[in-house]
Amino acid sequence: MADMTIPERIPINLVVNGERRALEVVPWTTLLDALRDRLELTGTKKGCDHGQCGACTVLIDGRRVNSCLTLAVMKDGAEITTIEGLAGDGALHPLQQAFIDHDAFQCGYCTPGQICSAAGLVAEGRARDADEIRELMSGNLCRCGAYPNIVAAIEQAMSRS
Amino acid sequence: MNNFQYSRASDVADAIRLLAADPGAKLIAGGTNLIDLMKENVERPSRLIDISRLPLREVEETPDGGLRIGALVPNSDLAYHPLIEQRYPLLASAILAGASAQLRNMASVGGNLMQRTRCSYFYDTTTPCNKRSPGTGCSAMDGLNRNHAILGTSNSCIATNPSDMSVALAALGALVHIAGPSGLRTIALTDFHRLPEDKPHLDTNLGSGEIITAIELPPHGFARNYSYLKIRDRLSYAFALVSVAAALELEGNAIGEARLALGGVAHKPWRSLGAEAALRGQAATPDHFGRAADLLLQGATARSHNGFKIELARRAVVRTLMQATSATPQSQAHKKIA
Ligand SMILES: Cc1cc2nc3c(=O)[nH]c(=O)nc-3n(C[C@H](O)[C@H](O)[C@H](O)COP(=O)(O)OP(=O)(O)OC[C@H]3O[C@@H](n4cnc5c(N)ncnc54)[C@H](O)[C@@H]3O)c2cc1C
Ligand code: SF4
Ligand code: FES
Ligand code: FES
Repeated sequence: MADMTIPERIPINLVVNGERRALEVVPWTTLLDALRDRLELTGTKKGCDHGQCGACTVLIDGRRVNSCLTLAVMKDGAEITTIEGLAGDGALHPLQQAFIDHDAFQCGYCTPGQICSAAGLVAEGRARDADEIRELMSGNLCRCGAYPNIVAAIEQAMSRS
Repeated sequence: MNNFQYSRASDVADAIRLLAADPGAKLIAGGTNLIDLMKENVERPSRLIDISRLPLREVEETPDGGLRIGALVPNSDLAYHPLIEQRYPLLASAILAGASAQLRNMASVGGNLMQRTRCSYFYDTTTPCNKRSPGTGCSAMDGLNRNHAILGTSNSCIATNPSDMSVALAALGALVHIAGPSGLRTIALTDFHRLPEDKPHLDTNLGSGEIITAIELPPHGFARNYSYLKIRDRLSYAFALVSVAAALELEGNAIGEARLALGGVAHKPWRSLGAEAALRGQAATPDHFGRAADLLLQGATARSHNGFKIELARRAVVRTLMQATSATPQSQAHKKIA
């Protein structure tokens, strides 16, 4: 039987979208729940909560990850970029613009995860053609089926970066 | 998820001390398997020991010309490491066939070896499962067992090991380095995972107080004639129905050394020294590959829904060996099977 005493909240620091945020969390708070419920950054979506859909994708220290499968306490000190942090001063991120140009969404629920994942993909520099984009974006499901337009949007952003 | 205590290990010795102090504690590295299972109440640790900051992230050359890979090297970093790409491309390919880019960024080498089965009854706490709750029975035996094992099963459990990376490591003859309360030890990867027998709750031979510190690759990487072929229900981001790691040493069309391992068919990566011996000295032809496949699949038995796996595995073995022979390994991005 697990120890049911509730541990104290643990103070952590996160640098979220360039801003230092101090908070106290119980150990079982996922990074996704900390972002959405504690820091009120609801751009990052919860789809499956089990690593199976990619809606919760954010960048930690520049790498794309599923925020539903990591704990906030484990990321103490990390730099986190969410969809809210991608746009520069008044200008959309090239991937955001490309998604608009190519109509790469319908309901939009998967879109923040798709765009953060695509930002990770571009930084990794491993995709050279549409097949490789499809394979390396397979961690992001889109139930509206906007896949062809998502691939086209990423190709546009890659060709301009 | 249940409530639990959280500790951050300061070094390997501290992690071992923390494990010894709390029998309900578990190590956490990338979290991609453990947090998933905790959300399903399959795992209910009293304490998580965070090892993700330990300095086990090196990929180093060993004196004999092999490589030592720290247990916390992320799966993606390993697959894209220049020494792995050049000398052990079979391993790179198998890793890239698994999970998604995001998950590979998070997942560690040690966690990948320790990931638990994807048997749907194991995940469903309302059903009997000998692996999750010893002695309750096996729901898969006469249930939905399409994804289940055809080799090395027992009356207690027919689950498969889901790791792609481990299949390549088995073929390459990797070693697992372990630290524990009584010191250091090293075991072959093929002896690391267990068959279910009458103790399916034990996936591996790692002791409860032990920690994986590294894996080691022997010098021979089979970088020319290899292939990893993974057959699954969708083309990416799905677990294997059957996967094959094949590696050959060819002199002209004659086979010198041969390595062959199957994934998705047993409680551990499935390798047969007899099947490999039968290939040695033979011509690299589909007939000889078929004979090796039959030896590898000797004793395969099906339950109600997974009989297709036996023929699928046989054909996949022949095809993968042909890909290895022609030095045209399966691409993990371009999905056509040549
Ligand atoms: C949606 C989804 C799809 C996936 N698809 C695939 C796939 O196609 N192929 C595939 O191979 N995998 C797949 N995976 C599984 C993934 O590869 C594993 O979850 C991952 O490798 C586990 O590594 P981790 O570091 O996150 O482990 P954690 O979740 O941190 O730990 C897992 C287990 O390992 C133990 N552990 C961790 N490190 C050590 C250590 N150093 N010593 C001893 N014990 C340790 C932990 O205590 C825990 O019990 C998938 C996962 C998900 C969620
Ligand atoms: S196959 Fe193994 S894991 Fe699945 S229900 Fe049976 S005992 Fe449990
Ligand atoms: S919510 Fe994290 S992957 Fe679906
Ligand atoms: S736009 Fe609706 S899920 Fe992708």
